[in-house]
Amino acid sequence: MSLAAEQRSEWELAPPLSTRLRGMFGSTYKAAKRDSVLAASIIVLLVGLFLAIFGPTLARTDYERTDPINRMQAPSSDHWFGTDNWGRDVFDRTIVGTRLSFLVGFSVTIISTVIGVGVALVISYFKLLDSIMMRFVDGLLAFPTILLALALISLIGPSVGNVIIALSVTATASKIRLVRGAVLSLRDSTYVDAARAVGVPVPRILLRHVLPNIVSIIIVQATFTLASAILAEASLSFLGAGVPEYVPSWGNIIATGQGYIQVGFHISFFPGLFLMITVLAVVLIGDSVRDHLDPKLRGRLKTTAQQ
Amino acid sequence: MPLSRTEQFDLWRYIAQRFLVSIPVVIMVGIITFTLVYVGPGDPAAIIAGDEATPEILEAIREDLGFNRSFPVQMGDWFWKLAHGDLGTSYFSKREITELITPRLQPTLSLGFQVVVISTIIGITTGMLAAWKAGTRLDRNLMVLAVLGFATPGFWLAFLTIWVFAVNLGWFPVIGYSPIQDGLFKHLHSLFLPVMVNSILASAFISRITRSAMLEVLREDYIRTARAKGASEFSVFLRHAFRPSAIPVATVIGASIAGLATGFVLTETIFAIPGLGRMLVDAIVRRDYPIIQALLMVVAIVLIGVNLIIDILYAYIDPRIRY
Repeated sequence: MSLAAEQRSEWELAPPLSTRLRGMFGSTYKAAKRDSVLAASIIVLLVGLFLAIFGPTLARTDYERTDPINRMQAPSSDHWFGTDNWGRDVFDRTIVGTRLSFLVGFSVTIISTVIGVGVALVISYFKLLDSIMMRFVDGLLAFPTILLALALISLIGPSVGNVIIALSVTATASKIRLVRGAVLSLRDSTYVDAARAVGVPVPRILLRHVLPNIVSIIIVQATFTLASAILAEASLSFLGAGVPEYVPSWGNIIATGQGYIQVGFHISFFPGLFLMITVLAVVLIGDSVRDHLDPKLRGRLKTTAQQ
Repeated sequence: MPLSRTEQFDLWRYIAQRFLVSIPVVIMVGIITFTLVYVGPGDPAAIIAGDEATPEILEAIREDLGFNRSFPVQMGDWFWKLAHGDLGTSYFSKREITELITPRLQPTLSLGFQVVVISTIIGITTGMLAAWKAGTRLDRNLMVLAVLGFATPGFWLAFLTIWVFAVNLGWFPVIGYSPIQDGLFKHLHSLFLPVMVNSILASAFISRITRSAMLEVLREDYIRTARAKGASEFSVFLRHAFRPSAIPVATVIGASIAGLATGFVLTETIFAIPGLGRMLVDAIVRRDYPIIQALLMVVAIVLIGVNLIIDILYAYIDPRIRY
């Protein structure tokens, strides 16, 4: 069979990944023009990204400097979100904290997606490896995410890198399970059979025929991972088991305010609001992307991912 | 619904099968839990002996507790003890962990029971209502609430409820737990806010899935048939559509129980409830590894058990699954 013929048959059977991705972004843009909720969510996420990148430069005060005279100030024009128990400006600490939430959220999402998809594609073609790996994945997913992450961090120590590692473990396990299921269901489809029949090698089948068809599942799941990783990081930092106390994180700013609930409601309220709005935006984006990309997926994915 | 003799046989065969399948998962969970703590930092003998121990004392402790044996032997020993209900000894208080866990069970189980019952009732009712009125303003409002409940961080919601109901209104104590022995009303009163917070989050999740499962079933041909033969809308909903959508809903209730384990770690800490979640956080602060190990194991086994029960419920709801 000539190379040209092989190429053509592949193109006809499944468009390459780049075409698919371009189509997705195009349709998302079109959808955002019609759907105001989606547009608002994307704007929130972009503002968040902007704060994550430029937060420390935007801060009007030195967010780490303590100022005991001005401690526990209520919100005012000087301190928009008030000050905390050390007199530090809560607004500045909150926008600086954005960086950590986004860093952890996106790192966990990217790490777990790359490793999870890679492992799932490989093991789906090796029976023995598959059964060993899946027992391990089942074992990992038997633990609730935060509990396993707490235990891991207590062993390897609290730092930003370790929080990312701890949260990536379960996120990767659930990606492997999801993608493996999708790959197995495609393995018997006509176009994969056809590719195999004309002698396309296995790695090429996986990358050119299987992967493009599971991209929508992966993207929708990635938004979900992003939302839960941001929440999980805040929960860990809130419990004092996440990033160290001196790193401003929404979670540990809320934890500070928790101790001053009678007089310092503002300390916890604002970072929590930021956290909720960010997660809300990511969840809403995930919902509309899912509805626009693949109506068949409606309401299915999230059940498997909650643990 | 009574089952015929062959149906009963199928059901029991299915239950036995599911049970056997969950055994390797429990073993895997044990291997992961044990290995985590084994490869973790810190010499257990040094932690037990304290700062002033001489090398001879350390060696004696290692000999005594078997820390100098090989990894597989230690793990085998740990599994053997676990199978006999021995969860080990706390580094910190030097007491048996089973003894430490017992008084912690009541608050967590009471909280869990109340949250599961309340969130299932609220989640399924609102989800069905939204599916019934799909596309209307009621549906949209309910789903906005559900998405909000999904995105709200539990510990922040707990903080807000304490501020509103305890600090400002003074209806509930800010923190504190009153055991059932001191009176049921007092007990429920002390748990009211944590139950409310966890129920709001869990029912938002259950409601979303109930709605989409119902909508999926309502598109089926047999629903059109039921409507065509003149069944009332109410009967179509409760008799024809609810049962098939019970399966995804049961999965979600199982998943939300796993979510509760996480929620309890946070809420028990915030509301100072002396339950298992609080115990885990305390153990982590003190680096009391045997307790962390034991609690991870207990929680994972409980969740595997919950999933097993849900699998069995599926088979009862949907006979096709038994084959």
